Amino acid sequence: MSARVLVGVKRVIDYAVKIRVKPDKTGVVTDGVKHSMNPFCEIAIEEAVRLKEKKLIKEVIAVSCGPQQSQETIRTALAMGADRGIHVDVSGKDYENLGPLQVSKILAALAKKEDVRLIILGKQGTFASQVDFQEDSLKVEREIDGGLETIKIKMPAVVTADLRLNEPRYATLPNIMKAKKKKIDTVKPSDLGVDLSSQLEVLSVEEPSQRQAGVKVETVEDLIKKLRDSGRI
Amino acid sequence: EVLPTTKKASVCQCLRLVKGLRKKCLPPILHVSRLNSSTSSSPVPRITTHYTVYPRDKDPRWEGISMERFADEADVIIVGAGPAGLSAAIHLKQLASEQGKELRVCVVEKASQIGAHTLSGACLEPKSLQELFPDWKERGAPLHTPVTEDKFGILTEKYRIPVPLLPGLPMRNHGNYIVRLGHLVRWLGEQAEQLGVELYPGYAASEVLFHEDGSVKGIATNDVGIAKDGSPKEVFERGMELHAKITIFSEGCHGHLAKQLYKKFNLREKCEPQTYAIGLKELWIVDEKKWKPGKIEHTVGWPLDRHSYGGSFVYHLNEGEPLVAIGFVVGLDYQNPYLSPFREFQRWKHHPAIAPTLEGGHRIAYGARALNEGGFQSIPRLTFPGGLLIGCSPGFMNVPKIKGTHTAIKSGMLAAETIFQKITDENFHSETAGVHLPEYEENLQNSWIWKELYAVRNIRPSCHTALGVYGGMIYTGIFYWIFRGKEPWTLKHKGLDAHQLKPAKDCTPIEYPKPDGKISFDLLSSVALSGTNHEHDQPAHLTLMDDSVPVNKNLSIYDGPEQRFCPAGVYEFVPVETGDGQKLQINAQNCVHCKTCDIKDPSQNINWVVPEGGGGPAYNGM
Repeated sequence: MSARVLVGVKRVIDYAVKIRVKPDKTGVVTDGVKHSMNPFCEIAIEEAVRLKEKKLIKEVIAVSCGPQQSQETIRTALAMGADRGIHVDVSGKDYENLGPLQVSKILAALAKKEDVRLIILGKQGTFASQVDFQEDSLKVEREIDGGLETIKIKMPAVVTADLRLNEPRYATLPNIMKAKKKKIDTVKPSDLGVDLSSQLEVLSVEEPSQRQAGVKVETVEDLIKKLRDSGRI
Repeated sequence: EVLPTTKKASVCQCLRLVKGLRKKCLPPILHVSRLNSSTSSSPVPRITTHYTVYPRDKDPRWEGISMERFADEADVIIVGAGPAGLSAAIHLKQLASEQGKELRVCVVEKASQIGAHTLSGACLEPKSLQELFPDWKERGAPLHTPVTEDKFGILTEKYRIPVPLLPGLPMRNHGNYIVRLGHLVRWLGEQAEQLGVELYPGYAASEVLFHEDGSVKGIATNDVGIAKDGSPKEVFERGMELHAKITIFSEGCHGHLAKQLYKKFNLREKCEPQTYAIGLKELWIVDEKKWKPGKIEHTVGWPLDRHSYGGSFVYHLNEGEPLVAIGFVVGLDYQNPYLSPFREFQRWKHHPAIAPTLEGGHRIAYGARALNEGGFQSIPRLTFPGGLLIGCSPGFMNVPKIKGTHTAIKSGMLAAETIFQKITDENFHSETAGVHLPEYEENLQNSWIWKELYAVRNIRPSCHTALGVYGGMIYTGIFYWIFRGKEPWTLKHKGLDAHQLKPAKDCTPIEYPKPDGKISFDLLSSVALSGTNHEHDQPAHLTLMDDSVPVNKNLSIYDGPEQRFCPAGVYEFVPVETGDGQKLQINAQNCVHCKTCDIKDPSQNINWVVPEGGGGPAYNGM
């Protein structure tokens, strides 16, 4: 009942937009490109807000790591029902090099600082499709290749949201207006004692090679011959 | 999600098969069914589910759903964050701050971010921006490309005839800037926010609200969470009401709320109907050797015949990379229902005078939008109790100059001045609950906007003689260049664009070349580049007043022109599941909000309404 939940929300290029590689090959074009909250993060926020509406947790904190514009994404999370936001200010070269390792260190530091019992994130981690909150443990149902798996975990815990966890509510205009009054704290990674240096270096970013047209053959003999000619067998 | 291309490809194949059959055996049946839809061979499939056509208070699925709305009040509400709307907002705040007054100004905008639905050539005459922000340069306004070279030519199928641009002709661009209007609008949005304007991108104004005395009370934003079949979803929520003393409508060309206001307040009784064109645009990264920053090229002629108004532009930007903006404009008063503005654009690019610039380059953006051509004769009454119209919505475009941004900005500023004066005047008592400001119209008529539009008023209509566009050029040469538009007569337009189409049987289909995938492209890959998307599970926002009309009238008489004039492939005639015949399929997700269908539908059966806010194209600096 007194638990706090931390939800990570990420500002990403909108999924309907065509990505273009920068001419200098250092990354993709982001300036002026339409961004939105990662759809899986929307599902994560929705789950956290539902837990709060069921009075199972006390407070939902939305966190985003990135430049100034990440605050817009946090505002949307606040409009959906999060109580306050934390913007971890990372920009420029640091932002380009910000990888999963750095973000997880930041989230871990924040979770300790804010005394958080549950972290909910967008997918690619543990893909939960149903979450039941019990006093100090969680019953999580998740979709795996073989079917459904139900596990019980103690808290503090990290859960990631899959597509079928819920249908997120809209951030409506009255809530956006109210969200302008909710608090967003800005912190720097150094304030959290996190070192952003990366062991990875991006050498170049390129578009995937164009799909080559296939070749149709008439007989099995033709097929064997073509495979032999191209050195495949 | 973007429509799966394989499904569309097989549908297109079926369509071609059915078309072949149709020509042989169906016409007699179709003639009969045209008269009375209940005798047609196949039942009319239900297409439209939107509540503007099928009201919810009579719909049993909506029983018991609370339709209450949250309401808030501002001093001024502005619908549409384009050049006009933002200039009005900015100027209101500038005046308020100068005179130490407080004003709450709210702007709603259907695009997810400011500038995402903006599309224009564009060649900006900076005079009104200069009035709004004398220090625009220091503030970093994105006017990076002064015009250095200006060329005009007439294209024939193989050649280009250069036309000298003498000083004084409307299309001369000395002193102007080539801009990416979407970026300028984004910059205006930033200036507005700094001045304290409340900007709400992602929220579309879907309804005009009225006081009991009939004056405008404000607007309501769109409801969310309605399923495709029109029923309420679990996440259904009503939009919000925003009330104001006065509401400024700046929806751009052919706004959907403006369409309602024209009817309600009879604003068009003394003016001619508005006429339009569709503009299609692409951004290209070209080979550096072909790049000439600051160069402007316009053409008329091929591939259009002299009776179809239109032409092209090629603008070389100067913003770092070798970026060129190209586009093609087709007047929507064209007569041949087989004409496809998109395919005219694609084939124009292959002309020997144009293709070399594009060879070796690649395309990075695509989009389309309708624009006004009516000019002076088509300006409606601009004010009504509780509101007024600014920008391309009523339409202040200088057609021969192909510029409307400078007049839009000025109209926004004039509205702001007039409004500010009135609502801060303590002695002013409005007769109606919503403030009526006829002074705005007077101020506009006394401004340079009026003089400028009056001087060029006869140029577009002069293209309607047998000499076509060339008659227009001769007229311009004599009456504009020499006499400065002072001739005592005012020519009329031909009437509504929608009524100009000839029946398909009287016209010849146009053989368009196949796209080569390097310079010209197919429709679907182009639409993908616009970044357009809409929440899939919502009623289609392209609503039909009568679901039977597309097949019974548009298809049978005009061969379904909507499948050709839509630059986003929204309208497709596909075979029905059982039996013969076709039905209209509306791919609402592809829509780029250009408004061409609402304008050109010969039956005037299509009513474009606003979809859930945030949907639509994701233009970046178009």
